[in-house]
Amino acid sequence: MAESRVIPIVPLSAARAEVERVLTICNACRYCEGFCAVFPAMTRRLSFPAADVDYLANLCHNCGACLHACQYAPPHEFAVNVPQAMARVRGDTYADHAWPPALGALYKRNGLVLSTALAAGLALFLVLAVIKQGSLWQPAVGGNFYAVFPHGLMVGLFAPVFLFVVFALAMAVRSFWRGVSPGAASAPAVEEAARDALRLSYLDGGHGEGCNERDDGYTLARRRFHHFTFYGFALCFAATCVATLYHYLFGWQAPYGLTSLPKLLGIVGGVSLVVGTVGLGWLNLTRHPSQGDAAQRPMDRGFILLLFLTAASGLVLMLVRTTPALPLALCVHLGSVMALFLTLPYGKFAHGVFRGAALLKWAIEKRRPHSVVMGE
Amino acid sequence: MVDVLVIGGGNAALCAALMAREAGASVLMLEAAPREWRGGNSPHVRNLRCMHEAPQDVLVEAYPEEEFWQDLLKVTGGKTDERLARLVIRASSTCRDWMRKHGVRFQPSLSGALHTARTNAFFMGGGKALVNAYYRSAQTLGVQVRYETPVDHIELRAGRFVAAHAGPLRFEARACVLAAGGFESNREWLREAWGRNARGEWPADNFLIRGSRFNRGTLLKHLIDSGADAIGDPTQAHMVAIDARAPHYDGGICTRIDCVSLGVVVNRDAQRFYDEGEDFWPKRYAIWGRLVAQQPGQIAWSIIDAKAVGRFMPPVFPGTQADSLPELARQLGLDEASFMHTLDAYNAACRPGTFDHTVLDDCATAGLAPAKTHWALPLDTPPFYGYALKPGVTFTYLGLKTDEHAAVHFNGVPSDNLFVAGEMMAGNVLGQGYTAGVGMSIGTAFGRIAGTSAARAAMKETAHG
Repeated sequence: MAESRVIPIVPLSAARAEVERVLTICNACRYCEGFCAVFPAMTRRLSFPAADVDYLANLCHNCGACLHACQYAPPHEFAVNVPQAMARVRGDTYADHAWPPALGALYKRNGLVLSTALAAGLALFLVLAVIKQGSLWQPAVGGNFYAVFPHGLMVGLFAPVFLFVVFALAMAVRSFWRGVSPGAASAPAVEEAARDALRLSYLDGGHGEGCNERDDGYTLARRRFHHFTFYGFALCFAATCVATLYHYLFGWQAPYGLTSLPKLLGIVGGVSLVVGTVGLGWLNLTRHPSQGDAAQRPMDRGFILLLFLTAASGLVLMLVRTTPALPLALCVHLGSVMALFLTLPYGKFAHGVFRGAALLKWAIEKRRPHSVVMGE
Repeated sequence: MVDVLVIGGGNAALCAALMAREAGASVLMLEAAPREWRGGNSPHVRNLRCMHEAPQDVLVEAYPEEEFWQDLLKVTGGKTDERLARLVIRASSTCRDWMRKHGVRFQPSLSGALHTARTNAFFMGGGKALVNAYYRSAQTLGVQVRYETPVDHIELRAGRFVAAHAGPLRFEARACVLAAGGFESNREWLREAWGRNARGEWPADNFLIRGSRFNRGTLLKHLIDSGADAIGDPTQAHMVAIDARAPHYDGGICTRIDCVSLGVVVNRDAQRFYDEGEDFWPKRYAIWGRLVAQQPGQIAWSIIDAKAVGRFMPPVFPGTQADSLPELARQLGLDEASFMHTLDAYNAACRPGTFDHTVLDDCATAGLAPAKTHWALPLDTPPFYGYALKPGVTFTYLGLKTDEHAAVHFNGVPSDNLFVAGEMMAGNVLGQGYTAGVGMSIGTAFGRIAGTSAARAAMKETAHG
């Protein structure tokens, strides 16, 4: 028997109703059980209310294997397309769980929001630069960023935005978590969820050969480019953290030498992020048209582009740091970073947070006894 | 001229094409369906029955040759060719490495199919993933594939293949493998085979086809008419009871109704007609199609109560639900008095026991005909559910007689260069009945044999010619 629920029954949106329809067919078929966690999680259920749909949609890594393997995929009259149905619901969950709720609508107009944020971020730095220096193109300042923007000004601009991002995402994931409560997280469950998130276990196709992109052949491209992107981002973030420690803990002021830890982390991270985003952008452009939700492409591409701009402008900045181009390069870089930060809670970045939460739910849930026991 | 022509596009055809190509032959495959419907019934398959002497990759324990053979003997009631059957059984123990080489991936059997972890190897992603893998491998190896090319007849000269015709197109080859499936989607043929019953009904008119709409048996009929030796009974097929609302074609696995053994099944007259608890559902799975086909109107209803929910594979369509049995009878359009008479008699006949749907338990009826020998619990807990059942044909058994080289026979004489595989010859091994995954064992074994034989025949001709 299904467990009795204390969660109120919410009428399903069109996107969620489609996932419910599709999963009802999948649950009677189950040929895809080996591909990822979505299907074993599905088999623990006999029905799919909204909160369960949101959970399963975010557990889906959009790898596409179940579409190419599906005997009920279009043109079959059942028209089962799990990755697409799941992608649409994911878009809805980001918006529905956004904090503050009013800003959830930003997901729907993501391309516009991103470009506005980017333009605003850049303009802000250009204006500040002009005010400070009177000119954007000027004699070399010896790679000293603070000669262009004082350290205090940068902290004053970025710290509040960063804190807001963290808070807004935490509130969003809290709201998502409350939908289906699988119970308390044990250490092994947390460890497994972290491992699956960091290794992207579910982009391996279940057999280690990867997932599907343009056709029914398997490829590890998505997993690898995502790793480049994620770890590149993490290294760049680490570079910033280390520099912050240097500044406040040791009083070591930037600029740092090429072989310093912040620089090394930043360079490796930047290159990795460029490789990753170029790869993911290429995959996004060449993917099989029926995979995913076409309406979310502006969001996907906008986020990929912002990450790329942030990384590429950071590398350019490093290369031109001793030339008169420094202030301009710095403005472009800081503008990109600011735009990225401003849009983090209302853009594709959210998928990482929601998926991490879904993976943890699954790691907890799979350790609990099965409530649905089939006979032989 | 191509060396080997393979007619068909499912598992057996692909195995034949890959083997022939590996043997060095040039290969052309003609698939009747467009690309998106390619593969015949193979996109609907899930696993392969495998003999093994000890635990092997995804298979647990052992499933020795003799046990496999006894299982086959039991379900076929002896309607099998032991020599060919044992050949299939032995081949099933060694084919998986070859399959893996061509991109097929296996997985441990998971929920809802745990009983088969010993006997069956499951394809990761199911049959369509397997078909996709084989087509990718075929493309890599240089096998030519033509879709939407249904062959309607072949030219024969003294029992030898000369050319195949698909409408105005003519394809010559040195050797040919026929692997174009059975005739289950040829409704006229099914009607003719099943004929008219004593009630004046044409039972086949109410059959649903679980697989490909392209398996029309055109070539099978043509070959039999051209003097090829046939084997099997045209009414024998893999037939299961499926949801009456299933699509006319390609409903596949998800339309099966899995709760039969947990409740009772009644016909249009609201009468029970068979022991629903005879054995586990998968073991009795393939008999219910025929049972329903023999009932008036070729329809029946599986009736359960709330106690069964969560103990069987979830159905794809919701059941008819009611808070009382009389109300359920009314909703299903069954005569209320007869229905209640049947249900009351059943409920009264249930003897106390220890219910356990995961073993052959001791809950049975007493003094009831037909008896329910396991899992007989009174239907007394609302809500009650009813699922309408119709016969669903998976594949037909009438085929071409063959030998260990997969040769087509004419008046008992094997052809030099015409071979057969898959559903077109499965009846040699499977004269009736079914046991899970054995269709794939036959298709894979004979597909590979036919491909090898055809390549050898083509090379011989090249050498002589």
